[in-house]
Parts: sequence; C-alpha cells; structure tokens
Amino acid sequence: MELAQKQAAGFEPRRRWLDWAYICMLALGAVYAWQRYSGFMDVYEVGVLFLAVPVFGTLGWHWRGLRNLVVAAGLVALWAISLYHQDLARADQVFLLKYLVSSQSAILWMCALFFMATASYWAGFFARSDFACAAGRGLAWAAVVMGFTGLLVRWYESYLIGPDIGHIPVSNLYEVFVLFSLITALLYLYYESRYAQSLGGFVLLAISAAIGFLLWYTFDRGAHEIQPLVPALQSWWMKIHVPANFIGYGAFALSAMVGVAYLSAGSPTFAARLPGREELEDLMYRSIAVGFAFFTVATILGALWAAEAWGSYWQWDPKETWALIVWLNYAAWLHMRLVKGLRGPMLAWWAIIGLLVTAFAFLGVNMFLSGLHSYGQL
Amino acid sequence: MPRNPWIDLLSSMRFAVSLLSVIAIASVAGTVVKQGEPYANYLNQFGPFWFRAFEAIGLYAVYNAPWFIAVLAFLVASVSLCLWRNAPVMLREMTNFRERLGEQSLRNLGHRATLRTTLAQEAASARVAAYLRAQGYKLRAGVDEGTAVIAAKAGSANRLGYLFAHAAIIAICFGGLLDSNLPLQARLWRGDKTPVDPNMLLSEVPGSGRLAADNLSFRGNMFLPEGQSSATAVLNVKDRVLVQELPFTVSLKKFHIEHYSTGQPRLFASDVIVTDRDTGRSFETTIEVNRPLIHRGIATYQASFDDGGTQLRLTGHHLLAPRSVPLDFSGRIGESFALTYGGAEYRLELTGFRPFNIENVADAAPEASGSRTWLDRLRGQLGSSAGSKDKRELRNVGPSYSYKLRDGAGQAREYNNYMLPVEVDGRWMLATGMRERGSDPFRYLRIPMDEGGGIDGFLTLRRALLDEGARARAAKAFAAGAASGPSVSATMREQLAVSAERTLETFARGGYRAMAEFLERSVPEAEREQAASVLLRVLQGATWETWQTARVAAGQTRLAPDTSRARFVDDALNAVSDSFHYGVPVYLALREYDEVKASVFQVSRSPGRNIVYLGCALLIIGVFAMIYIRERRIWVRVKPDGEVLVGAACNRKTMDFDREFERHRAGLAAALDH
Repeated sequence: MELAQKQAAGFEPRRRWLDWAYICMLALGAVYAWQRYSGFMDVYEVGVLFLAVPVFGTLGWHWRGLRNLVVAAGLVALWAISLYHQDLARADQVFLLKYLVSSQSAILWMCALFFMATASYWAGFFARSDFACAAGRGLAWAAVVMGFTGLLVRWYESYLIGPDIGHIPVSNLYEVFVLFSLITALLYLYYESRYAQSLGGFVLLAISAAIGFLLWYTFDRGAHEIQPLVPALQSWWMKIHVPANFIGYGAFALSAMVGVAYLSAGSPTFAARLPGREELEDLMYRSIAVGFAFFTVATILGALWAAEAWGSYWQWDPKETWALIVWLNYAAWLHMRLVKGLRGPMLAWWAIIGLLVTAFAFLGVNMFLSGLHSYGQL
Repeated sequence: MPRNPWIDLLSSMRFAVSLLSVIAIASVAGTVVKQGEPYANYLNQFGPFWFRAFEAIGLYAVYNAPWFIAVLAFLVASVSLCLWRNAPVMLREMTNFRERLGEQSLRNLGHRATLRTTLAQEAASARVAAYLRAQGYKLRAGVDEGTAVIAAKAGSANRLGYLFAHAAIIAICFGGLLDSNLPLQARLWRGDKTPVDPNMLLSEVPGSGRLAADNLSFRGNMFLPEGQSSATAVLNVKDRVLVQELPFTVSLKKFHIEHYSTGQPRLFASDVIVTDRDTGRSFETTIEVNRPLIHRGIATYQASFDDGGTQLRLTGHHLLAPRSVPLDFSGRIGESFALTYGGAEYRLELTGFRPFNIENVADAAPEASGSRTWLDRLRGQLGSSAGSKDKRELRNVGPSYSYKLRDGAGQAREYNNYMLPVEVDGRWMLATGMRERGSDPFRYLRIPMDEGGGIDGFLTLRRALLDEGARARAAKAFAAGAASGPSVSATMREQLAVSAERTLETFARGGYRAMAEFLERSVPEAEREQAASVLLRVLQGATWETWQTARVAAGQTRLAPDTSRARFVDDALNAVSDSFHYGVPVYLALREYDEVKASVFQVSRSPGRNIVYLGCALLIIGVFAMIYIRERRIWVRVKPDGEVLVGAACNRKTMDFDREFERHRAGLAAALDH
C-alpha cells in the first residue's frame, strides 16, 4: 500500500503546470533549433529533432526526475557553451570552464560525484540513516547532470576542433563508458523513485567499477581525446544503435547488482536492511526485461547497419556472435522465470553471470578478439 | 492429434534450450579461432595434427559447417513444431473468456477476495461491469445457477507477442539459411561445380568453376585496380575459389582516400562506371563505405582497398662493390624480378606502396610522467577533450614502398624504404628498414644526405672505403696532415699511416663490430677504453681523408672541415657499420612512382534479407508484447444474497499484478458500496 501511495505521489496534480512549462520549453527549443540550424539538417535530423519533444516530454511527464535532469543538464551545457565564445582554447583559460564545465572537467566531476554517492549510499545503508541515503541520491543525481553536461559539451567541442570532425559522443569506448555509467545510474534512480530504496550502494558499486576503468583509461591511455570518425562509423545508424545497446547493458548491470543484493540478503545484517526477496526478484526481472527488449532492438539496428556498411546483416563477426550469446542467455533467463516459473538464488547467480558474459561482449571482444568492430582499419 | 514421443521431444523446450546451448558454444569457438583465414596460417598455428583435426570438424568456417547448419535446421524445426502445437491454443485463449470457471476453481485462484454488497444482484453486476470496462477490460456476463457471472480479461495481445516472437525466430533462421552458403554447398555436393586454385588466371577458369549470373544467393569479393573492369566476383570455398559471373561490368575510374588533419582516414570512395551486360546501358556512380550500390538485386560494397599495381622506378646501388654502376629499372607492385648482386642470385618481390606516411615527429615528452604530482596530472586532464595538449607533431614523411628479397635458399628478407629523407636531430637521413621475420619490427638503416641533398656523397665515401688503394692513399694523407711539424719523424708518420690504414681496413671489413673484436684481441682490458677513443679519432680522421681523396679522384673539390661535415662522416660511418647487418648488398632507392590504387568490393545477392527484416520487425513487436503486455483475467460472481466473489489470474507472476489486484479489489468494493 505504501508503494501504491508513493506511485500516486508522482502524479501530484498541484505541480502539473511545471510539467506543461517543461513541454513548452522543449517545443520552443526544438522550434528555435530548427529555425536556426535547419539549413544544416537533413530530413531525418529534423524528424529526430521534433520527435525528441514528445519523447522527452512523455518521459519527463511520467518521471519528474528525468524532467529535472533534462532541464538541468540542458541549461548547464548551454551556459558552458556560451562561455566558450567559439574558441576551444578558452577551455584552458576561463576558470569556470577549466575547473567545472568544460567536457573533461565535467566528466571528472561526474566520476568524483559517483564515488561520493557510493560512499554515501553505503553509509546510509549500514547506519540506516535516511539522511545519508538522501545525500547519496542527491550526489548521484548531481553526477548524472555533470555527466550529461560533459557529453553535451564534448559534442560541441568536437565541432570546435573542426566542422568535419564534429560528431555525437557515442563513437568510442571512452564515450560509451560515460554513457553506460549514466544510463545505469538513471535506471537505478528511476526504480528507486518508484519502488525499492536502499539498493543504491549495490548498483553504484558497479558504476564505480566502470568509473575506475574510465579514470585509468583517461589518465593512462589518454582515451578522452576526441577522435574523428573513421568512414565505417560515419552513419546515421551509429546514433541509435549505440545508445540502444547501452540501455541494454545498463539494465543488465542493474539486474546483476540486484542479484548481488539478493544473494547478500542471506546474511542477517544485510537482510534487515534490504527490501524483501520477492521485491528484489521482481526488480531483477524488470531490469532484465527492459534490458532484453532494448538489446533486441539494438542488435537488430546493428544488423541493419551492418547490411549497409559491411554488406551483410550478419556475418558472425566476434562482436555479433557475442551479442547473440548475450541475447540467448537472457532469453533463456526470461523463459526459465516466466515459463518454467523458476525462482530463487539460481536466478540471481544467473543474472550476475549474465553481466560477466555481457562484459565480455562489451569489453573482452575488443581486447582479446579481432574483428570488424575494431575500428583500426577500414 | 496422436502424440508421437519424437515430436514431443523435438518440440520440447528442453530440446530447444539444448540446441541453443550448442549454438552458443560453437559460436564461442568461432570467435576464438579466426574464421576463413588462409589454411597455411592455421597449419602454422596448430601444427599438422591439430590442423587436420580442426579441419575435420570445420573449425575454420564453423558457421558454415554442415553440423552447425544442421543444428540451426533442428532449431527451426523445433520452434516451428512448438509454434504449430501452441498457436491454436494461444489463439483460442485470446478469444476465450473462460466464463465457465466454477465457484470452487475461483476460490482456488492465487488472487481472490470476498466482498459484500447491499445492492440488488443486477445493479451490482452492472456496477462491476462498468468498473471493469473503465479499467480497460473486455468482458462476458452470464448466469450460473442464479449467480451472475462476469468474466473479464485484458492484455490478450500478450499471446500475439508469443506467436510473433517465435515466428520471428523461424523467419530469421530461414532467411539466414537462404543467404548462407548452404545453397552453394548443395551445388558442390551435387558435384556440378568444382572450386579452382585461387592463382588460376580468370580466362582459364573452366565452366565448372564458374557460377552463372542468375545464381540466387552469393557473397564474394571483387579486386579492381584503377582503370580496369570486372564482371566477376570471387567466392572463397575453403582454400579454393569459385568465380561468380555478374550481370553487369564494373569499371573503376578512381579510388579516393581523404584524411583528417590528424591523419585518420575520413573517406574511402570509388568512382565507378557500371555497364549492364544485357542492355549495354551504363551509368556512373560513387560507392562509399556506408553507401553501397544496389543494382539488379546485387549490392556492391566498398569493403577495402589495396595497391593496384603501382609502377615504381628504382635504382639499385651496390653497397659492397668498390666500383659499380647504379642499375635503373622499373616494376609494378605485385611483380617479381631476378637480381644478381655480389655473385648471389636474388628474387625481388615488390609487395606494397604507400603514397604517404603520417608520423609523430615531435620529441618525446621531456619530463617523465612519474616526476609530476598527481595534482599536476589532474590539472593536465581538466579542460577540453581536444587532443592537442600533449606534444604531438604529425607530419607526412612521404611515400614508402616495401619489397622482399629472397635468396637462393628461398629465405626472404622484408624491406621498407622511404622515398624522401626525414629530419633526425637536424640532419636529413634516408631510412630503409629490414626485418627477417614478419612478426619483427623493422630495423632501420639511416643513410645521411650529402650537401646536395642526395646519397651520392655517402656512396662515394662507401666505395672509397671498400677500395684498398683509396684507403692506402687516404691513410698516407691523414698521417701527413695529422702528424706534421718538424718534431715528427718520418718513422712516426709511417707508423701512423700504417695504423690508419689498418683501422680503415678493419672497419671496411666489418664495421664497428670488427673494430671491437680487434680491440678485444690485441689490447689488454685496462687500456681498451683509451685505445678505443684513439682508434675512433683515427677512424674519423682517416675517413675524412678517404672522402676527400675520393672527391678529388672524382673531379670534385676538397671540402673544408666543419662540424656539420664532421657529423656527416659520423653518420656515414654508422650507416656503413649498420649495412653489415642489412642482409643484402644492395640498396634500392625509389626515384619515381605512378600510383595505381585498387578497390576491394564485396558483392552480394541476399534473397533472404527481406525475410530476415520481416522477422526482425516481428521479433521487436513480439518481445515488447510478451514483456510489457500481461494477460490478466478477473472473474466476479455476484450471488443473490449479496456475496461477491472476486478472483484474478495473470500469466506473468509479477508484483505489479499483486498491486493491480489490490487496486481492483478496492475499486470494486467502492463500486459496490453505494
């Protein structure tokens, strides 16, 4: 019953006018962008621009958190862009850009904030402190805002480097790792606002691991540098294939961390602080279902793109093959739960192993196997 | 339908999951072993025994192996049977309200409630019906022995999701099999086609090695140099090939590569003329990566590029003969020639050409990253993501080409020569790299440029060092210059000349290594270092004289010594010393080139493609319907005495439905309460 009330609270009619203001703002923004930049857009891009209004409008309407994120990240990014005066060098000269909102600084802030959020959530978990949990939530939201700001500014910076170099920041491992952290966090924050509390520490552990990799990748390998797109990636499909994939990966990561929470509920210390097992199982199922649906879409988009770029919609490239294995794995998971009615720790273990398989498909294939997805050469 | 145990097994989920596991494991094997490589590579990698074993199970083309295709076929059969058996049930369930569910069964449901109402039976069922309709349920009402029965359901599309998703798997597998090389395998089994050796000339390929243009499904490669045309594609069948005729001819006018300022490629595009072989009509078009040409149901993709037989004009300089005439000749990439140097026969194979090489010519970072604090490193990371913050200076260092020289024993060394000199510490050097194994990095010999910007200065010096008479003359001149003045006796001069001549001779025989060996043999260890530095000075001085004597002999003037010339002598000595490890006595300089590029296209006809796409669309609809639409049923029995039994069921046991039922119970209670 408590949950039902909470759900109802999301639709508090009192503040509905803010939602309308948000949708008007989206629409005005789209019209302004169209009127100013339509000369540079093709018909698909205009379509995407105007489709973004109902999509983000609906998402924001149903989830206030996302509405606030769109507004906050949008405003901070626009403010950052206004500080540049179309000069990339100012990123190193203007104090606020250098230390706060230039792309790399914002992303490093995101990293720091995610670590702080993780610590906060764990402190809240063990001390049963609502304040620390709320602080964790606030820090996680701040991290997400900084992360999206960083990506948006990075997008802008790529055009400052050169008009032919500019592209959406979903083109290499560094950019998608940022995206992965953000999407995993957003999915968790959504479920937290709707259902379970107290899982923040678990989920942010997975994000912190990703951030650790990201930092190593930045400091040791200089992977943050914007690289122009090689011809194979110059495609409209990239812009939808990659994000769809990362909604899938993010959801799988979330389900695995819920699986960890489920298994740790074996210890009384944890069990006393966690939601009921049934609730955890349900959350695990939900996130795998979301992940599976988006992963299906992403794989199909990938096949359509492959048909255009490589001449065949499927040619058993290692990345494709591993995507198939990931897909089969989760399809089996869903069958076992839905058709065979399997429940219990087995599913939790399976979700965790599923994440390992996914991680191999995501990272391992790039590191250990060669194939068409290694964009080294044509 | 009578039940057959075989059909039961085939359509069981356990069987399907086993098949999926086999597919998954085989797929993993296929990603670990690189597919479709030349067989020689596998032989190298696995050794003769495992090579045969892996070949027998088709590990080099797992996804085309007969057993893999058979597993896929079984999967299609299994899913089809499953669909065949379940579809009628599913469709029936979609329209069935199960209004005959009795009171006892209702009381056994997982979700049930008993409500009471003071309303009359008819009014109560009308309110229940209105409430359920408002909640999006469809319903049937009836009477069962005086009890009003309302059977409601929502979300029946979930069942369609099941049908769609499983039909999608069948469609995708079926379309995929059509586009796989299964049809080709079938023809090979029938024996009317025989693959041929990949090195066979196209015109000599017999009819049994050719596939007609009306072949339904194929995928092959077309290698097309600029200025040439082709109407065939090559299909790889294990380590042999088949020739696929196309209904049109493709002529490559020009292949373009464009680059970003950072050196990465920006565009690969081929300007082609396509001529239809039936109608003779032709048109021009451009094929780019991500922009294939689709003509007569055949798609032509930009897959790769290569050298198409660039014409190279070369000059061979003999490095070990005191007197020799440079040999000019020309050849194309891909050709090979016989060369004779120093009495040995070599086979020269021209293997590759690059019109430019973009390299980082900046000095290495002056400060080691370890000496910076973490705060400095962090500060270095802040700011924009543009990659210009570290020291990097990209420069095009010009064309290079590569070749192999194979000696009489068949042993090949690989060389990579740059056409233009590069600047190294303020001096200009011509680099030529050599390696003995393909896996090694190239070791570079750097030839210093003379003041005219050529290598003649070096070659003059090199030849003079090899000439015994020239060495003797130079040693004398060196002794005369170095040991002049009245206090120096003629004997001392004589001794110096002898030792200079011996030094030159030792160096000319084996470079610095020969000198080191000489020192080790003849000087005690304690004095070796001092002796070495004296010897080095003698070598430099005598070499200078050798050079000048050679210049005078060639009709040139003597040069006045200065630091840059002294450095030239040092560099030349290094190059001479390194040339003893160069493997062959010849340096092949590239004078001019005429670049010819080639495009590699992938050509395919895939009739199963649209079936697969239809399957994909079905799959997406099916997955979303199965996950996000839940089939929910509610039964309400309103008894004449005011007792209302409510029961509900859902084909997905989730907490959402628990909540929904709670909501409906409250809603129904409110509706029945007036």
